[in-house]
Amino acid sequence: MRQKLIDALWGTTTRKTWTIVVVVLLIASLVTKFVLPVPPPHVALSGEPIFSSGPAWFTNSVLTTIIVDIILILLALLTRFSLKEVPSGLQNVMEAVIEALYGLAESVAGKNASKFFPWVATIFLFVIISNWSGLIPGVGSIGFYHPTEAHGAEGEGHGFLLDNQLAMAGGSIILAAPEKTQGAAVAAESEHGKFVPLFRAPSADLNVTFALAIATMVMVQIWGVRHLGGGYFRKFFNFSGPNGFMKGINGFVGILELISEFARIIAFGFRLFGNIFAGEIVLATMAFLFAFLLPIPFYALEVFVGFVQALVFMMLALVFFQMSTISHGSHDEHH
Amino acid sequence: MEIDAAKQLGAALAMGLGAIGPGIGIGLIGSKAMEAMGRNPEAAGTIQTNMILAIAFAESIGIFALVIALLLKFV
Repeated sequence: MRQKLIDALWGTTTRKTWTIVVVVLLIASLVTKFVLPVPPPHVALSGEPIFSSGPAWFTNSVLTTIIVDIILILLALLTRFSLKEVPSGLQNVMEAVIEALYGLAESVAGKNASKFFPWVATIFLFVIISNWSGLIPGVGSIGFYHPTEAHGAEGEGHGFLLDNQLAMAGGSIILAAPEKTQGAAVAAESEHGKFVPLFRAPSADLNVTFALAIATMVMVQIWGVRHLGGGYFRKFFNFSGPNGFMKGINGFVGILELISEFARIIAFGFRLFGNIFAGEIVLATMAFLFAFLLPIPFYALEVFVGFVQALVFMMLALVFFQMSTISHGSHDEHH
Repeated sequence: MEIDAAKQLGAALAMGLGAIGPGIGIGLIGSKAMEAMGRNPEAAGTIQTNMILAIAFAESIGIFALVIALLLKFV
């Protein structure tokens, strides 16, 4: 038994390296816990500017978006410049991913798949990497304390303490009575200032998800006009019909179509944002309820949710693209 | 009623009422998917994928309610 354990940890060179890495990381995390101040848990609905005196647009989610973009571009370039007849390593993985995505696009869009594929595959890859970037340890927990002069303007600030129930005082978790907790939280606040994380998952910021949603819905209109010409807009402004009553009904249906187009933007944006943001809050809450073992199943759930939401975003974009290429008249004949 | 108390009540109601619909929806989706898998076990793979997609759509309505509740509580 003991020999087996020693073998598993110290048997080969690779195992030795990993054991050393894990032990060093454990010691480092223990040391930093006592050297650096531990941030109180906080919920911020939007990204916060990293530098208190820097530009307001340079928020932590902008920084993480840029990093995600760089990762994706580097992966693409690395694969592009090492293409081989017989694929190996990275190329294998990328080919498998692209093939799976293309199969999905083909199953929904049929012969239009090759036109829609670049757009929806880019969305899928960006969304999945940004969903999972929020799960990397350190994202959301490494950051700076801003001086408290911004504290007076907390009404318009974004940082809020999860007060009343949970607090972190001196690095240990306490479930304290409200007055005591507030005391501890306020003490932590005034000692170091407001905590602003350095990184934040892009999909946990409404700006990013709404930008994706608006771009997708604009592309839907573009594909519609490309396939049906000006006749595409007859979907929205349709006053034809055998009699006055039907004309009115058709006109009203057109208005509904127009509204649903905007409702889709909101649903698109909020679906992704809500899922990822809620997941982060669930993880934080679980970690503060009981720090060991309890967050692990939720962590696995969030990995799965990140994948499913990326898939849902891609599938919906595909379905909307495909729907916009079918003219209203021929659509009615099918029913 | 105090504005703070109203906010807390509103958040609780938004989350609680908003979870009813998606709960029923996910239950229906799951039961129908199980039925379909029982009738046609060979198609279990495709049914499962589509079931997860449909559940994600039903769930997103609950997530909307959660976002509203969070906005009420923290903003």
